[in-house]
Amino acid sequence: MSTIAETIEIRLNGDAKRIAAGLTVAALLRELGLEPQLVVVEHNREILERSRYDATPVRAGDVLELVHFVGGG
Amino acid sequence: MSTLAIESTRQLDEPLVIAGRSFRSRLIVGTGKYRDNDTMVRAIEASGAEMVTVAVRRIDLDRTKEEGILHHLDPSKVFLLPNTAGCYTAEDAMRYARLARAAGLNDWVKLEVIGDQRTLLPDVAATLEAARVLVAEDFKVLAYTNEDVIAALRLEDAGCAAVMPLASPIGSGLGLVNPYYVREIKARLEVPVIVDAGVGTASDACVTMEQGVDGVLMNTALAEAGDPVRMARAMNLAIEAGRLAYLAGRMSRREIAVPSSPSKGMLDRSAAREPEARGGA
Repeated sequence: MSTIAETIEIRLNGDAKRIAAGLTVAALLRELGLEPQLVVVEHNREILERSRYDATPVRAGDVLELVHFVGGG
Repeated sequence: MSTLAIESTRQLDEPLVIAGRSFRSRLIVGTGKYRDNDTMVRAIEASGAEMVTVAVRRIDLDRTKEEGILHHLDPSKVFLLPNTAGCYTAEDAMRYARLARAAGLNDWVKLEVIGDQRTLLPDVAATLEAARVLVAEDFKVLAYTNEDVIAALRLEDAGCAAVMPLASPIGSGLGLVNPYYVREIKARLEVPVIVDAGVGTASDACVTMEQGVDGVLMNTALAEAGDPVRMARAMNLAIEAGRLAYLAGRMSRREIAVPSSPSKGMLDRSAAREPEARGGA
C-alpha cells in the first residue's frame, strides 16, 4: 500500500525546503535531529515559545529560522 | 605591624556588580575564533572569567552534528552573555536580542550595532535606539559604544546596566588608544564601565584597568594568541595587576630622579670628583 506522501514547501534558515505535510514544529525538529531545548525557533518572524512547539503546525509557505548559540565575541 | 597575609585579590578588591549580579573576575571573554573547542574551554578556565559572550546564529542544517556552544560550556558554571554582533540596524539587534532571551538562559544582552564594515565602529544613534526599546522590555543591556563621553552618558540615561567603550576597533589588537576619554567616561558614569574590544596583549589589559574602569572584555587577543591558554592566564594576571595598581594609586611622575637610598650617613667622598648634585641610587 504505497501512497505518495504529500509535501509542502517552506523557507527554512533562508533556503526553500520541502517537508512532509502535517508536521508540527516539534516533529520537524525531531526529523532534523535537533534537540528542542538547544534551539530557538522564529516562526514567520515571531519567536515561538518552546511550550508551543508541540501544538504549532508547519504550513506551506511558513518561514522558519532555527538558531542557537555559537562562539562569538 | 600588619599581620595581614595577602592571599588573593579578593581581599583587596570588591566584586564587579552588574545589574545586581556579582562577579569576582573583572575579565569577560568571548568564545569566537578559537582553533578548537577544547582550546576555548581551557582558555576560559585559565582566564578566570565568569562571564563569556556568545553569538546567535542559524543552525547549520547540512551539518547537524556541528554542535552549538552549549555542548561545550556549562551555563551553570559560566554566565553566558549573548551578543548582537554582526547587526547593522537597531531592528536587527533587537531581533537577535529577543532570540537570545528566548533560549531561556537569562535576559542579558551585549548590545552592539555596527555602523561601518571597515572599522566595525558602533552606530551610536542606532545603539541608543535599540537600548531604549530593550530596556523597556526588561533586558539587562550592556552596550558597546565609542569612547565618547556623551554617548556613554546617553546610554546610561537610557537604562543600560553597563556601558562598554572600545579600547580600539574590534579584533585590531591596537590597545587603549584613548585613555583620557575612557577615564572621563568612568568618572562620569554610575553604571559599570567595561572596556570592550581592541586589547591585544597583557600590558594593554593592565593599562586599561589602570584607568579605573570596572572590567575588560576581550576575544581575539586570546583566540589569536600563539598559545591562547597561556595568554588567558597572562590576561587574568594583568587584569588583577591593573586593577590593584589603580586602587593602590600610583606615585606621581617627576621629571627628575629622586634617590631611594638615604643621602645621610654616606662616608667622606673621595676628593677626585665632587658630585654636582648630592645623592645617588
